[in-house]
Amino acid sequence: MLILTCPYCGVSGEETEFHGGGEAHLKRFGPGASEADFESYLFHRENPKGVHFERWRHVNGCGKWFIAARDTATLQVFGTYPAQTTEPPQEIRDKITAARPGWRWRDFA
Amino acid sequence: MSTRLQTGGRLIDRNQRLSFTFNGTPMTGFAGDTLAAALLGNDQMLMGRSFKYHRPRGVVAAGPEEPNALVGLGQGPRFEPNQRATTTELFDGLSAISQNHWPSLNFDIGAVNNHLSKFFPAGFYYKTFMYPRAAWKHLFEPIVRHSAGLGKVTQPGDPDRYEHFYAFYDVVVIGGGVAGLQAALAAGHAGAKVLVMEQSAHWGGRAPVDGVEIDGKPAEDWVSATLQALEDMENVTLRSRLMGAGVYDHGYLLAYERVSDHRPGTAGPRHRLWRIRAGRIITATGAIERPLSFAGNDLPGVMLASAVRDYVVNWAISPGDRTVIVTNNDDAYRTALALQMAGLIVAAVIDARPTATGALPQAVRDAGIRVETGRGIAKVKGRARVEGVALCAQAGEGAVLEEIPCDVVAMSGGWSPVVHLWSHCGGKLTWDAAQAHFRPDPDRAPADQDGAPFVIAAGAANGHLQAADTLRDAAAAGQNAAVALGRDPADGTAARANAVAEEPLLPVWIMPQGAGPDLRSKMWLDYQNDVKVSDVQLAAREGYESVEHTKRYTTLGMATDQGKLSNINGLAVLSDALGSDIPQVGTTTFRPPYTPISMAAIAGEARGDTFLPLRRTPMQDWHDANGADFEPVGHWQRPYTFRRGGEDRAAAVKREITNTRTNVGLLDASTLGKLVVKGPDAGKFLDMMYTNMMSTLKPGRCRYGLMCDENGFLIDDGVVARLDDDTFLCHTTTGGADRIHAHMEDWLQCEWWDWQVYVANLTEQYAQIAVVGPKARALLENLGGMDVSAEALPFMGWADGTLAGHPVRIYRISFSGELSYEIAVPAGQGRALWDTLLAVGTQFGIMPYGTEALHVMRAEKGFIMIGDETDGTIIPQDLGLDWAISKKKDDYLGKRGQARSHMTDPDRWKLVGLETLDGGVLPDGAYAVAPGSNANGQRKTQGRVTSTYYSPTLGRGIAMGLVHKGPDRMGEELEFARTDGTMMRARIVDPVFYDKDGEKQNV
Repeated sequence: MLILTCPYCGVSGEETEFHGGGEAHLKRFGPGASEADFESYLFHRENPKGVHFERWRHVNGCGKWFIAARDTATLQVFGTYPAQTTEPPQEIRDKITAARPGWRWRDFA
Repeated sequence: MSTRLQTGGRLIDRNQRLSFTFNGTPMTGFAGDTLAAALLGNDQMLMGRSFKYHRPRGVVAAGPEEPNALVGLGQGPRFEPNQRATTTELFDGLSAISQNHWPSLNFDIGAVNNHLSKFFPAGFYYKTFMYPRAAWKHLFEPIVRHSAGLGKVTQPGDPDRYEHFYAFYDVVVIGGGVAGLQAALAAGHAGAKVLVMEQSAHWGGRAPVDGVEIDGKPAEDWVSATLQALEDMENVTLRSRLMGAGVYDHGYLLAYERVSDHRPGTAGPRHRLWRIRAGRIITATGAIERPLSFAGNDLPGVMLASAVRDYVVNWAISPGDRTVIVTNNDDAYRTALALQMAGLIVAAVIDARPTATGALPQAVRDAGIRVETGRGIAKVKGRARVEGVALCAQAGEGAVLEEIPCDVVAMSGGWSPVVHLWSHCGGKLTWDAAQAHFRPDPDRAPADQDGAPFVIAAGAANGHLQAADTLRDAAAAGQNAAVALGRDPADGTAARANAVAEEPLLPVWIMPQGAGPDLRSKMWLDYQNDVKVSDVQLAAREGYESVEHTKRYTTLGMATDQGKLSNINGLAVLSDALGSDIPQVGTTTFRPPYTPISMAAIAGEARGDTFLPLRRTPMQDWHDANGADFEPVGHWQRPYTFRRGGEDRAAAVKREITNTRTNVGLLDASTLGKLVVKGPDAGKFLDMMYTNMMSTLKPGRCRYGLMCDENGFLIDDGVVARLDDDTFLCHTTTGGADRIHAHMEDWLQCEWWDWQVYVANLTEQYAQIAVVGPKARALLENLGGMDVSAEALPFMGWADGTLAGHPVRIYRISFSGELSYEIAVPAGQGRALWDTLLAVGTQFGIMPYGTEALHVMRAEKGFIMIGDETDGTIIPQDLGLDWAISKKKDDYLGKRGQARSHMTDPDRWKLVGLETLDGGVLPDGAYAVAPGSNANGQRKTQGRVTSTYYSPTLGRGIAMGLVHKGPDRMGEELEFARTDGTMMRARIVDPVFYDKDGEKQNV
């Protein structure tokens, strides 16, 4: 049972306070998109053993969506940040680099 | 025989005599006894029967590792099976029964299995699956099913209370032995908020029994002084009868408190489940002694050497008159000294080691006790009780050198640290060859959210078996835990224990080492599940190499004790059979809970009415009082129908429909989701959410809308009303309000966060009442207050106003095909308006109707229902809802998904109406069969029923279904398969059965 900190209200809460929403930083492809792009958007997901970026909602709290950067194997949480961004903030990337030098996730490093 | 000694017993109070019964026989014991101790005091060594062979079994241990002494405890609704006699505190009036025998404990028919044991080797159960095929069904399955399960199930009506308790600590110390107390002292001195828990009722663990001296005093004195010191510290909490059950991610810890098991029926809960978040967890959980594997090691009277010591010292129990001690280490010699001190006879100490020259063996020799080295037990003599042992050379094959009469065998194969809690959350182990056990590897501890180790093993649980090392290790653990959490190091010095040097043990996994098949098939590893050395060796011969597979094949360690005694011995035998090292074979996975905890504690308060909180509409009380027959819908209970007099459900539904279609009906529609979507970009946003164009909807008007996910599949539907330029009210399905609200928030927060839109869920703010039927308008006009004429409030319009004095918003929307007004009123006035409508409506023949009438009427009109016509794979185009999909919009959720080739495939099953030829009702979910069979020999199908009802309006069965190219096949007849194999014929028709032109709703 994880502990996560909501970057909006600052609460460090039990996992039961939150609801997971799958992989973060997906780019939406809509009408007119190629079959390959649309397939990738709907179905292709990272499955890392290590650094991962996930969407979480503080569902039994402030209701806000945020993104958590964590290690899927050790469950270390590198940080959380608001969902209104298309890529991880530099500060979070630095924290990951400090803990996992040479990490890479999709095109982010 | 086992008896109570005249003196001694550090835990019992001889002034408090307690009465109890075992299998109906009255017995007595003392306050402070465990049930096992009290049974031994009454010469009841035989406490149960083994699971597979029904062999007679006595108590082996004195703690939670006990595999044999499981009893059914209590009576009536308080009865609980499989309770450990060794951890059950005796109380006055306790009633226990033994298990797994018929007709009685002393004479058990099932013991015939013992003589047939060569037919029940490891994996016999799996072998019965193989051949002949008929034998499984008719011979093996009935036998296996009959013998499966241990103990009787409990009865309903548990009168006790159980609760969950949430707690937060810096440091939680699990184990109240000297290590735990020392660790708590160090962490407490450093200022950490500390919880110390002890699973039993007594603090101090083994040290007082083992004669340890701490700081120059008997351990018992140090324990009392330390307890007092801890109690005086405000930042330290002490709890006994609280067991660390499981360690989980990020310092989450479950602990199980047996609050009133020892005083049943008293105030307060029986069990309490502690849900703890800890910064650091110190596992000071001690160690468990291992049995030795010699022939006949399961006879009643063969016990762990430490347990024999416990019974003598703690409870003044003599397990027998003459004891033979068999060991591979120095520690067991303490048992010889304890027995002699109590005036009991130790016939011999049989030491498998070639020599025994340590201080303890010397003390035993000095006490005049015979010590035999390099010897082992060839076999234990006796049938239902130990009568003697046959000595042999440990290095040989079991040739008997001598027989020694005795009635107790105290065995010690060395000690294994209790690493369960360390391992639950990923802590790894390392093999300590010198002590022949696995202990925690501090470099591979479970890590928390910051990547820091959060479990610290201390004392014997960390492989430090000598008291002096234990205390030093524990003090360091306590100090380190506090410092890791930012506390300043304080007094972290350890108490000093007297050091008694012990010689190394000799790993002994089989006794004697060259034992042949006869002896090996009488050496028990797992007492409860009857797994023997020969079974593990057989598994290895049959190709099992993984310890996890061997465990499941042989059932080694799968009993309720989870292999606490058998694990290491079993994997040592396996590694020997495989010719590999023990660390290479490794251990099986340790999983929570440490010992079984009650299901009731896990459920806590979530029982009966509080199991699932019920959502109630403002009219619920009226429904309760007026014959409502409820059905669950989401977390609501909605009236299915309102039965009158002796009506059955079908008759009531029929009456409600007929009345609604001819007079006027009343529906509690409050459960419908009501989401307000507001903001300058609300129209643009709803254009993305719905397949329809919502931005063109005029204020004052309503529009039916469909919602899809990005796959294009329907997820919800409902009527949207535009309240003003910036504001929409979206109705969702009853179960969908929270889900759709979350769906909207997701897209607003994570995709279009720059759009100015706000969504609020107002579902419970309003009561909503549908007034439905040809006389609906007349009724509302009679109530007065607002103009509800067709001109002022046309079909698919809405208006605010006052009705019978209540502020209302009325929507002219219809899910029944009749003239219909859905009236929203503030929730607090819902019941009043409901009552007024019923009172005034009497003259119009008003009757409330339930969800079944609602469903039938919508089906008569061919309206779809989310969850009936949809199942998460259905797109609107499948349901003939193309009219509700905007062709003008560039984008909406699901548009790209619906353009995929499979979604535009003309071969998709599509919605049609179905009319049975005989007027009967099609079974729900029935498939329309097609000619031919598929590759699996199953009939091909060409459609299925999605909704099916008896229509009182049409006087026949009607249905909707999805049929291959259905709309192109009007008039065709299909065959639908019933579960009994017969067929029912139905004709494909238009799904709108009633008032095809919609004239009745638009008046």
